[in-house]
Amino acid sequence: MPSIELQLSAISAPHIDWAGFSPAIALIGGSLLVLVVGLMRSRAVREQLVPFLALVAFAAAIGLGVWQWNEAKELFVAEGSQAALRFDDLTLMILFIVAVGGIAAVLLSWRAHAPRETAHGEYFALMLASASGMVLLAAAQNLVSLFLALELLSIPLYVLCAAEMRRARSLESGLKYLIIGSVGSATLLYGLALIYGASGDTDFRGIAEAVASGMARDALLLTGLALAVIGLAFKASVAPFHQWTPDVYEGAPTPVTTFMAVATKAAAFGVLLRLLDVALIDAHRDWAPALATLAAVTIVVGNVGALGQSSLKRLMAWSSVAQAGYLLAGVVVASRVGVQATVFYLAVYLLMNLAAFAVIVARERETDLGDDIAAVTGLGAERPALAWPMTVAMLALAGLPGTAGFIGKFHLIDAAADGGYTWLGVVIVIGSMISLAYYLRVVAAMWMTGEKPAPAPAAGATPRLAGADPAAERRHPEVALVAVLAGAATVFFGILPSPLLDLAVDAGRALGLM
Amino acid sequence: MSIPLSIPLWLPAAAAFIGLFLPAAASRGLLVLGTGLTFAWSVWTIADFDRAAAGLQNVTDELWIAELGIHYKLGIDGLNLFLIALAAFLFFVCAFWAARTDRERPQLFAFFFALAESGVLGALMAQDLALFVLFFDLMLIPFLFIGGMWGPESTRVAAMLKLFIYTLVGSLLMLAAAIATGVLVSQQSGADLSFALSDLGRTVLPEGSQQWIFLCFAAAFLVKMPAFPLHGWMPDGYRNLPLPALAVFSAVLSKVAAYGFLRVSVGLFPDASAHFQELMIVLAIVSILYGSVMAFTVTNMRLVLGYSSVAQLGFIVLGIFALNADGAQGAILQSVNHGLVVAPAFVVIAYLAARAGGSEDLRDMGGMAFRAPVLATLFLIVALATLAMPGSSNFVGEFLILLGAFDTSVLAAVIASIGVVLASVYGLRLYIRSMHNRVGPQADSREISVGEGLVLVPLVAAILFFAVYPQLALSRGEVAITKSVQAAAALAQPDATAQAK
Repeated sequence: MPSIELQLSAISAPHIDWAGFSPAIALIGGSLLVLVVGLMRSRAVREQLVPFLALVAFAAAIGLGVWQWNEAKELFVAEGSQAALRFDDLTLMILFIVAVGGIAAVLLSWRAHAPRETAHGEYFALMLASASGMVLLAAAQNLVSLFLALELLSIPLYVLCAAEMRRARSLESGLKYLIIGSVGSATLLYGLALIYGASGDTDFRGIAEAVASGMARDALLLTGLALAVIGLAFKASVAPFHQWTPDVYEGAPTPVTTFMAVATKAAAFGVLLRLLDVALIDAHRDWAPALATLAAVTIVVGNVGALGQSSLKRLMAWSSVAQAGYLLAGVVVASRVGVQATVFYLAVYLLMNLAAFAVIVARERETDLGDDIAAVTGLGAERPALAWPMTVAMLALAGLPGTAGFIGKFHLIDAAADGGYTWLGVVIVIGSMISLAYYLRVVAAMWMTGEKPAPAPAAGATPRLAGADPAAERRHPEVALVAVLAGAATVFFGILPSPLLDLAVDAGRALGLM
Repeated sequence: MSIPLSIPLWLPAAAAFIGLFLPAAASRGLLVLGTGLTFAWSVWTIADFDRAAAGLQNVTDELWIAELGIHYKLGIDGLNLFLIALAAFLFFVCAFWAARTDRERPQLFAFFFALAESGVLGALMAQDLALFVLFFDLMLIPFLFIGGMWGPESTRVAAMLKLFIYTLVGSLLMLAAAIATGVLVSQQSGADLSFALSDLGRTVLPEGSQQWIFLCFAAAFLVKMPAFPLHGWMPDGYRNLPLPALAVFSAVLSKVAAYGFLRVSVGLFPDASAHFQELMIVLAIVSILYGSVMAFTVTNMRLVLGYSSVAQLGFIVLGIFALNADGAQGAILQSVNHGLVVAPAFVVIAYLAARAGGSEDLRDMGGMAFRAPVLATLFLIVALATLAMPGSSNFVGEFLILLGAFDTSVLAAVIASIGVVLASVYGLRLYIRSMHNRVGPQADSREISVGEGLVLVPLVAAILFFAVYPQLALSRGEVAITKSVQAAAALAQPDATAQAK
């Protein structure tokens, strides 16, 4: 029966390069392993071995990523169609960022409330699953894998945000993120459907060919493009689709916030680069001015929103909105320098945020003030080991020289000017000026305020258990370690940025832009 | 043989960084040692300087960030030689002064103080536009912490945030402008992106680009100086910085801005400089008059000096934007002079405040000369130098500036001359009201101690030395300074330059 044979060969399984896919396998396999180990009864296994295994999984992903560097492998290639995923240097760079963020989040979660309430196995398995979704999202080569990866990223995060089940704010945060995230996903899906309808292809390269052959001004395609960008803008917290960010950041357990802030952003920008700068590159003339406007709005909204915040987590949330605006500048110009600048800034953003969030976590545990700015008041005299990383993080986020933040911003402005968007560079600079007002407020609280206000439990603070341990026991060295290492790396790459820039250059080449 | 510039540049910061981990006394020692060695190096460099050579000397040039075309390029020429020496000298003396004062967390103070020196020296030595911008911003950060941690507790946070944000707003505009310069030059010339000043100088940008870039740079420099109307941060900032830090802040940081005008604005954007010449001259004159009048009105001694600096820097801007060799030479000489004059004046304020129950208000002073003839003499020398008494180096500087200004605009020069008269009014008022007149309510006239003298005498000696021998700075600077304004001068006064040739 020849016809059946023909059909069988037509649906033959796609070719899979296991070596190329190995970094993602480490994350997915790690997730399953952690989940199973977490079922064991022994408390030591649950509380120590499970997070340790999660660390190993993230570290293994990094190691395998280093092994696969510069290989640029096409994965899941079915006959007659293009690859579903592509593990090139851009994907691997996002993988590194996600995994480093993951390692830090695991360390910050080690002795946190959240995993104890959700059960350790589930908590870390969800984190790893979400991380694998981020990597796949950055690797996506067609609309279907893009959407699947996005959901794989999002759903575990919704649960993680609500991980502290007994705290109303945490539940609120999870629910809010779920609803807003679903709206974003739906918008994205609709947009993807329209793009498919217009171009007749789900593959990025197929879409690119369709666009190149005269589709660029097609109303259906542009509508789809707009909806898809809006969907991703929800994830990347680009204004005006950012309203969820402060509430979710504030309500979620701080280690989860940390992970969400650094890793989700990297993945969202990874896919924005692929979708806009590869699939829709020939429609650049149409989407670039709109996206540039969006970037400018985001920069202004984020920075102005952060001004009055007294909660550090809300402040960081607004700042992350502003930083998303800076990052968009690299996407807008659709050039190799732009990709390079975006990737470099994502890495720098990871370091700066890790330092800041680690300090917030530490102070949440050491004081009863929660994440209020009062929790860091007088930190310079009290705990210099925490005050310095926080100072470096704030100065770097503001883009002051001597830190990697300066080089990152320099690179972004350079890319903007190079792509003919000098005005966007000026907007970045104006945003930085506004941002000084709130970043420096934190610095001033740490170093320049002598008297500490009388401790009053903040509304968002975690209620302490009866017979709680004295303050000294709540100084957790692994949290301080994350802060110090991230702070030191921020300064190091501010002085010697070349190692990180070399990685970004490789990643920038991956898209084949000019 | 010459020492690579990186060593004196980073030595103070490195020494003080080690001091962070040592006891207070050792950290003070390291601060004085680090700044002292850098000062010794600067003296030796002046002696060793080849005055006939036109280009940079003792160049360090490494490609720092290849992807962004940023060079770690340092060099010395006649334009920055004496400003570097000025910075090294004042930081050394003020470090010694600061080391003699007790304060909390002295190691941290020493570190920030030394980091500021490295930032200032870096900005002066940098021969790459991006590096210049980096150092220009970096030198400000330590002062944020110094003022914020050791200033008067009730006002320091607000004041320092104001100072920092005000000045950084200018600097960040400059960052955007600097990057745009590099990118536009590389697009126009087709060469790889490079921020080295020598590469940038080869291509002249179209006038439209030059103009907005020039304005961004001017904003940064005018804020830092400060010049009218961008001086809003000055009164609060001056009241809150501890005096040793304020002395270097006022004496050196403002000069980096003046230097930036000559090195960057006039050097790279000659068309825009000629285009905005009148605007800058008007700003300079308004600064001179406004600063002088305010200096005559306020009673806080710090602010008297602050407003007098506004006026003096108005003169310097006037000299620069006369856009001729005389004016530029006068501007550089006056930069050095003003630094040498204002630093000892702050030392005197500290000494007088210690004798007037901690008050720095002129109304609480008076009769201080009664039992302190040496202090009075030293102060008188400083005051006379401030008002540009003939015989002082300030006289030579102001004379050159006015000479340059007369060539450009007689009206501007005539109005600016009024500033010279006003300077003697506020200079003498400062001296008379503190040292003579009726004895103040809490004034306690005491002679200066040997320790106090160790700080003040070298500063006054430097003034006297330059009064006798201003040619030291003039002759070494001539070649480079003339060159820096050449292109702009040709545009501003085509006839005069043609005649000169």
